[in-house]
Amino acid sequence: MSDAATWIAVVLACAVCFALKLVGHLVPEHWLAKPRVARTAALVTVALLSALVAVQAATTGRALVADARLPALAVAAVALALRAPFIVVVVLAAVTAAVLRAMGMP
Amino acid sequence: MARVTLPADDARRVAVRQAVSVSVATGLYGVSFGALSVAAGLSLPQTMALSLLMFSGGSQFAFVGVLGAGGAAGAAIATAGLLGVRNGLYGPQVAPLLHAHGWRRPLAAQLTIDESTAVATAQRDPAAGRAGFWWTGVGVFVMWNLFTLGGALVGDALGDPRRYGLDAAAAAAFLALVWPRVTGPRARLAQLVAAGAVLVALAVTPFVPAGVPVLLAAVVAIVAGMLVRPPAPPDPEGTDDAVDPRPGEAPSATSDRHDPEVTP
Repeated sequence: MSDAATWIAVVLACAVCFALKLVGHLVPEHWLAKPRVARTAALVTVALLSALVAVQAATTGRALVADARLPALAVAAVALALRAPFIVVVVLAAVTAAVLRAMGMP
Repeated sequence: MARVTLPADDARRVAVRQAVSVSVATGLYGVSFGALSVAAGLSLPQTMALSLLMFSGGSQFAFVGVLGAGGAAGAAIATAGLLGVRNGLYGPQVAPLLHAHGWRRPLAAQLTIDESTAVATAQRDPAAGRAGFWWTGVGVFVMWNLFTLGGALVGDALGDPRRYGLDAAAAAAFLALVWPRVTGPRARLAQLVAAGAVLVALAVTPFVPAGVPVLLAAVVAIVAGMLVRPPAPPDPEGTDDAVDPRPGEAPSATSDRHDPEVTP
């Protein structure tokens, strides 16, 4: 993607996200306070983030791939279960993948 | 986060203290966003534009994740937007507390994120809630942007992101963002949706353009949200058909229904 195209995408995405925030402050409360809407939105967040985990950890382009990212993700999961802070989780995953790759794992 | 009943000044001080610690913790992970964004191929100004203007961690990580994986601009915008929907749902929880008018209203909207909503709605006293919202919103904004800049500079200097495991760090970042939403006693449905989303995303990856698997996974959640009957709300204070909440009233009924997480 060209630099200009990326800029357009950045600006549009920022505009969409800001518009969503602003709508929440402008519309009457009862429009958005419906339990079904709130619950579905929460589940959409879960689904998107979970799919992003899978895609980031186990795919390259259109191929399913098992490489150093998977053990790194397992280390991250253990760290999260032990209530490690976000930054520690992320750094542990990076270090795990980097060390495994230095040892020859793809 | 514990609810507090204290004299007004103390309640306000507690809110501000929470705001500061949340700001520092959240700001720190701006480092990983900055590094991952330049690793995904965005320039430093583009990375900063995202932190300044989008200012919503999940959407930002998703946007650069989809673009970095070769996804189309439309898919990146749609994913970031869908993840931003929850900020829109926080508006009705914090707006009655803030009474923001004029130029303060768009400012309040821009600062309406997981963290500011969580701190604001955790306070029992409306003035403390207001202080919690503004201090957390502004604090996270400042820290998030400073640390994004630091991360982007470091990421630029590193070179090949795979060598330093930054691709694995991106996956770990998403896992850390979803973790508080799929753990805990009331997360059964969320766990099923997460598993379904992973399966759908991986199953369709070989057949559709990059970025699309993540969007298709969202369908799982929409179907589940529309079809599955929720368990009776455990909130003893109010019913789900909220009575017209008056401005200035702490929105306790709404906050229990749709709790924002302080992630991390």
